[in-house]
Amino acid sequence: MRKLFLFGLLATLTILPLFGCGKTYENGEVYVYNWGEYIDPDVIKMFEEEYKIQVIYDEFETNEMMYPKVEANAVQYDVVCPSDYMIQKMIENDLLAELNWDNIPNSTNIGEQFYLTSEEFDPGNKYSVPYCWGTVGILYNTDKVDEPITKWSQLWDEKYKNQILMQNSVRDAFMVAQKLNGFSMNSVDPDELKIAKDCLLEQKPLVQAYVVDQVRDKMIGNEAAIGVIYSGEALYTQRENEKLIYVIPEEGTNVWIDSWVVLKNSKNKENAEKFINFLCRPDIALKNFDYITYGTPNTAAWDLIDDEDIKSSEAAFPDLSKYNNLETYHYLGEEGDELYNNLWKEVKSE
Amino acid sequence: MANFLKKLYIALIFIFLYSPMVVLFVLSFNSSKSRAKWGGFTLQWYTNLLSDSSIMEALLNTLLIALISSVVATIIGTIAALAINNFRKGTRTVLMGITNIPMLNAEIVTGISLMLLFIFFKVKFGFMTILLAHISFNIPYVILSVMPRIKKINISTYEAAMDLGASPLKAFFKVVFPDILPGVFSGLLMAFTMSIDDFIITHFTKGAGVDTLSTKIYSQVRKGIDPKMYALSSIIFITVLILLILINVIPNGNKEKAIKK
Repeated sequence: MRKLFLFGLLATLTILPLFGCGKTYENGEVYVYNWGEYIDPDVIKMFEEEYKIQVIYDEFETNEMMYPKVEANAVQYDVVCPSDYMIQKMIENDLLAELNWDNIPNSTNIGEQFYLTSEEFDPGNKYSVPYCWGTVGILYNTDKVDEPITKWSQLWDEKYKNQILMQNSVRDAFMVAQKLNGFSMNSVDPDELKIAKDCLLEQKPLVQAYVVDQVRDKMIGNEAAIGVIYSGEALYTQRENEKLIYVIPEEGTNVWIDSWVVLKNSKNKENAEKFINFLCRPDIALKNFDYITYGTPNTAAWDLIDDEDIKSSEAAFPDLSKYNNLETYHYLGEEGDELYNNLWKEVKSE
Repeated sequence: MANFLKKLYIALIFIFLYSPMVVLFVLSFNSSKSRAKWGGFTLQWYTNLLSDSSIMEALLNTLLIALISSVVATIIGTIAALAINNFRKGTRTVLMGITNIPMLNAEIVTGISLMLLFIFFKVKFGFMTILLAHISFNIPYVILSVMPRIKKINISTYEAAMDLGASPLKAFFKVVFPDILPGVFSGLLMAFTMSIDDFIITHFTKGAGVDTLSTKIYSQVRKGIDPKMYALSSIIFITVLILLILINVIPNGNKEKAIKK
């Protein structure tokens, strides 16, 4: 009796997934590999209905988790959304296909300055279309800090002992120290890196914690006064706690861009380009911005925003022309990565 | 005094074990998305959960994979354990060693090697590849929990059944199987939980658009975990709790019935 029951259960459960595949898509499919929670789910449905292309959607959590899966070609993804330095690495390892810009007319909606920034990792703008962008800056709580924060050097102020949150990732932590000293954040000069390391060691006693995504909740919960944070998160924390102010430090910082790229071995290249084109449409980009809250490089979508506060928000849409010391991360090669990692280990262990 | 300390000790253990669950449970009713702020009591995450098709799909996948893989692994594992037991002692030790390696092996090694294997044989990544991977890493756990039971059985009873005219199959199901059933059952449960728990192997063997709960939750790390997941985790926890209570209450009932027979 029990066996029969088990068998019955098994049979029903195996048949279940076969239902619900009623829709037909006459124009084939497209495999999309994106960050988690990085698109409004309605946008995918709208694309499927308009273009009659089925979207097979998959999510990754970090660039580093995405890369081995794409490189091994386990699943034949068509469109992927990596960050700047990872795009450079993928170009160098010949994983990407050149885009046919004629198929992506909406790409003109993306601001000129973002294509300029993209040149740093994608020379000639051959492979990538910017999707989201932002900066790394300082978030501070006006209840706990009575002066305006404008510089990285204020993170070295004894006053804020045990009130500072630093990023717990090699490049982001070193970026702060490198910019503080006026160096490039892509430097592999051992002398410059040594100075940066010493600065970080000097700051260590003042730091409350090295964290990644806990900055968000800790700042909302008034657990720290100052934190280094990604601008996209800053907008969300400000919605939850109005005492928080986001600034881009004077010494300059990291500008990051996540862009859409098409893979070299893509079997649905045209559909992939249609998908990218669709995401560049102003109304769609705006819908995604509302959902993701990360800055959109789509200037046509920016024009559509009603709320003036958001339009001029330092976190979402800073005026980058005010700064002349902004950079994106470059892929430093394995040796460069190792150099950074070793110094970071020294900082963390001492 | 000693009694008080004993109770305190137990209480501390339970606090450490269950306070994370309590926090999760409380947060699942928080209308603010941030853990740092209490935005008021709400049931919206529970109601939204049911209408979120991607989470429900991930839940269904997780349960299907756990169920099918644990049942298949139990069948294969039990048969394998019986066979291993019949080898000479030397061979048996070697074989047991080989089946133990996958359990000690780092999951990421298993995950990547399975991925490469599937690529090599040009298998299309999807639900099937996850299922195959889960069956393969579940088998050693089943063997491990069935083996001690098999060692205990008295081979004479099986032979006696055959002498009395039972076919080997009938003798197995009437005599041997009831003896090893507790081992088989605990193997099944172990395989089921291992399968539900797994993230790394699933990550490397899954295809596009197929998610289990673990991969779904992990992909949300960058943007912050969706409170709907708190709601779902609470439901799963409560379900398991009720099941455990039922399991612990029902056996008493069964025993009484057995005596009446």
